[in-house]
Amino acid sequence: MSELNYEELGLKVGLEIHQQLNTPHKLFCNCSTNLEEEYKLTLERYLRPALSELGEVDVAALFEWKKGKKYVYRIPITTSCLVEADEEPPHAINEEALKIALAIAMALNSNIVDEIYVMRKIVIDGSNTTGFQRTAIIALGGMLKDEEVSIQSIAVEEDAARKIDEGTDQVTYSLDRLGIPLIEISTGPDIRSPEQAERVALKIGQLLRMTGKVKRGIGTIRQDLNISIKGGTKIEIKGVQKLELIPDIVRYEAIRQFNLLKIKEELYRRGLTKELVLSNFVVKDVTELFKNTNSKIIKNGIEKGGLVYGIRAYKLKGVLGWELIPKKRRFGTEIADYVRALAGLGGLFHSDELPNYGITEEEINKVREALNATTEDALILIVGERERLDKAVEVIKDRILLAFDGIPKETRGALDDGTTKFLRPQPGSARMYPETDIPPRRIDEKLLEDAKKLVPESPESKMKRYIVLGLSEELAKEIIRDPRLDLFEELVNKYSPRVPPVVIASTITNTLKYVKSKGGDISKINEEDIEELIKSIYESRISKDSISEILVEYTTSKNVELKDIIRKYEVLPIEELEKIIDDIINSNLDEIRKRKDKAVNLIMSKVMSKVKGRADGKIVLELIRSRLKNVIE
Amino acid sequence: MQENYKGKAYDILKNLNIEEGDLIEIKKGDLRIRGILLPSYSKDDRIFVIKLDNGYNIGISIDNITEIKPIEKKSSKDRESERREVHNGAKSEIKIISTGGTIVSRVEYETGAVRPALTTEEIIQFLPEINEIAKVDAEVLFSILSENMKPEFWVKIAESVKKAFDEGNTGIVIAHGTDTMAYTASALAFSLRSLQGPVVLVGSQRSSDRPSSDSAINLLSAVITAKYAPFGEVVVNMHAESSDTYALVHRGVKVRKMHSSRRDAFQSVNDKPLAKVLWKERKLVMLNEKYISKKDETLLDAKFDNRVFLLYYYPGLDRDFLEQMLTNTKIRGIIIAGTGLGHTSSDHIELFRKATKDGIFIGMTTQCLFGRVNMNVYTTGRQLLDAGVTPLEDMLPEVALVKLMWVLAHEQDLEKIQNLMITNLVGEINPRHTLDLFPRWSYE
Repeated sequence: MSELNYEELGLKVGLEIHQQLNTPHKLFCNCSTNLEEEYKLTLERYLRPALSELGEVDVAALFEWKKGKKYVYRIPITTSCLVEADEEPPHAINEEALKIALAIAMALNSNIVDEIYVMRKIVIDGSNTTGFQRTAIIALGGMLKDEEVSIQSIAVEEDAARKIDEGTDQVTYSLDRLGIPLIEISTGPDIRSPEQAERVALKIGQLLRMTGKVKRGIGTIRQDLNISIKGGTKIEIKGVQKLELIPDIVRYEAIRQFNLLKIKEELYRRGLTKELVLSNFVVKDVTELFKNTNSKIIKNGIEKGGLVYGIRAYKLKGVLGWELIPKKRRFGTEIADYVRALAGLGGLFHSDELPNYGITEEEINKVREALNATTEDALILIVGERERLDKAVEVIKDRILLAFDGIPKETRGALDDGTTKFLRPQPGSARMYPETDIPPRRIDEKLLEDAKKLVPESPESKMKRYIVLGLSEELAKEIIRDPRLDLFEELVNKYSPRVPPVVIASTITNTLKYVKSKGGDISKINEEDIEELIKSIYESRISKDSISEILVEYTTSKNVELKDIIRKYEVLPIEELEKIIDDIINSNLDEIRKRKDKAVNLIMSKVMSKVKGRADGKIVLELIRSRLKNVIE
Repeated sequence: MQENYKGKAYDILKNLNIEEGDLIEIKKGDLRIRGILLPSYSKDDRIFVIKLDNGYNIGISIDNITEIKPIEKKSSKDRESERREVHNGAKSEIKIISTGGTIVSRVEYETGAVRPALTTEEIIQFLPEINEIAKVDAEVLFSILSENMKPEFWVKIAESVKKAFDEGNTGIVIAHGTDTMAYTASALAFSLRSLQGPVVLVGSQRSSDRPSSDSAINLLSAVITAKYAPFGEVVVNMHAESSDTYALVHRGVKVRKMHSSRRDAFQSVNDKPLAKVLWKERKLVMLNEKYISKKDETLLDAKFDNRVFLLYYYPGLDRDFLEQMLTNTKIRGIIIAGTGLGHTSSDHIELFRKATKDGIFIGMTTQCLFGRVNMNVYTTGRQLLDAGVTPLEDMLPEVALVKLMWVLAHEQDLEKIQNLMITNLVGEINPRHTLDLFPRWSYE
């Protein structure tokens, strides 16, 4: 994909970072904050929009409710209680979580509010047993300095239940994750490039980890992105778990919005209006035409008692097939998303992609005829039961009309390839009201005092400290930027000065780069692996010189354990090393006598290639020197 | 109006003519906060409560504020329009009488205030499924918290039940707060011993402003019970399990709130529930065939005398306290929640003997709740009997208390009072306990 000019495009990105806090207890009860697979009981529940919301609740939620979606909750016994089951009021807010969040607010120069009110944010997809998420703003404003990105707000909130399985009528969740404290940091829309978005996420993530009070590992930090371009709409993209994916998501979303605006232009260029499309919108039951079709999807649909609807989209030829994201997403894909999410139907075909999927030219022509359509019109075919089809027709009509406005306000979900799919319309105004079961919490001096102790060290002060530890300025900078900065700190605490901090820092930074350049799969290397290596040096089992070789071997071979490779590289006992050196000297006596002092290099290289990193080069050199002296003399 | 604000905060608002609901801007250092001023719900009178445009509320102290100014007045159409219509529509089958609680309510997102929504229209808007079952009509009798319930309110409820049957309804649903729902159920049961149809009390353990509320299912099943039940009894209809699977219909004089917060808090004690309601199938399934049938006429007899006391016995109960009450108050009767089979310390026996001689009724129930009292087994029990204490079979302490209030309002003579107390009037005494009438806890 050719890169767009983001400055010209007016790209604006804001991040919402959700990080689980590593407190012993959940935010509003005394359950532990671990995940737990085991469960013995389940609960079955239904959610229903509260009265004042009927009519104004978001369509997806209302639709789910009308379908009578059942939510099944697994009840793990050590990590959930009556609070998660929505059978007991929440307890007072977890003070430790509050202190950690305040400390982070301080580190970001955010303004702490004077009194905290827990709010209920309506969420009706079952991920909260209550039907709302409890959340509280603790600070406003602030700045991530070196990126010039402003902070809008910092909130503490409860994590949602963990989704286990989703079917059409039923969603299963586990309650272990529900209620784990989260900090939510929202930045202003100040990010201007896909790369900067990743960088900001990384820096905030690192700041969070530096408190030493947040959870680590997959699923413990999640990013939401708000993305817009000039003339576009702020789109919310939820649930990005991998940082590396962020630049692609931003790129794809920018181009998606760019193309949606192009489509809007094209519609007006064709002289179309909403009214024209609406008054020429034709829907017909064309099941009869597909009685003998070879299309499996249509055939199956009809056999299950479904119908086939044909839709004429007036003068929209080429629009449904318009690529929003080259090779990945067309405008038709967007419509199909809506139909799936709002009408619960898969299987939508449009004329820009037909004939295909077993649907023949002849069938298309018959449909065209039945709908009284010209070749300038686009055709859409959908299959399913009548009730859903009727809903789908409305959804399709609405989505096509929205194209005249450009980019509909949506909440989208991130997919693994960096593209996104429609999840639900964005709620018009945040549906929030006070959580009356939790009294207001005044922020007092004592709380602020306690929070101050948890404020992570600033990068400037770290820099100074690392230079004292012996790191070069460049290496210090590099390690401060590295996502494993916290690992560095931890390993330095445990293993230096016996293992010099320089060795630890360069293992984490340069060595990994080297391994990657040698074709190693560095995603295989986790924090435990790095610790294992440093610990082996600490115990004098391996030489620091063998780290790169070990990691290259580890990351380029399959089905091997790091432990076994380390064993291979274990430092030779001194007697064995002496014996190897003696053997090599003895079998090269002639050469040595010829080269005299210069023979050192020859012997050195022969010995080193024999011991393959299982000896410290310095020691080997010394041994060779002292022995050669004797031989030469 | 700044009436929620006090002290310095109030003065500031008054000076600037800022009212709740107005859009304001506050500057504090380099921070600029724009939002709507809400009624204060802070304990601290130096705090302004502000709703930000993202929906969050925050508290900002008046200290160090550099500037505060009004931006926009609240528009008058946003000012709350209060409405409470009493519906007198066409003939209904089921009458829904509201007494309070939040079984149906609206939430006002600005302030979080939860307001009962009790008109027929509102109830149907909340629960359109009701239309599939019966033609309902709603009436707001009063709106009080369940803990503020009093015998005089029981009388009013009983009167409106009578009136609703007389108007041609065939079943009555009473929305009630859950805390004292079982007491009201007993009071109605004794006041309405002849009923033309079911009287179904219903409430919710999670208020209806939240999407997970149990109120919709409870109310729907209550209407199903009111419509289809074959009995003429006062019952309590609530969630059977923590899951939204089905509801149980408990006999009003045999039910107790057994949990402070769970949806399935209400359970029958010493009796089987009368029925269960499969709300998804809109079906009522009878579980207990020993019920009181519907009568041709609804008879009202609601009178209560609250000169009674519920004595929860415990080791160390001070004799003087008890003596004070028995001699220096107008007390006419005591229900003891005694230990085990129905005991108190033998130290108190003589006090009780003197009291019964003075015409004060002393009745014995068990604080075990499950099971029957039997005062013939141990010496103390026999001595208490000898002192004039009346054993009240398997009646729950609260049921016995309400029954005593009702009986005292009807009889003066101690012997007649004692006789009525041990007469099974509406199923409050179950003469036969089978082995399955005790809950089992399972931990494995």
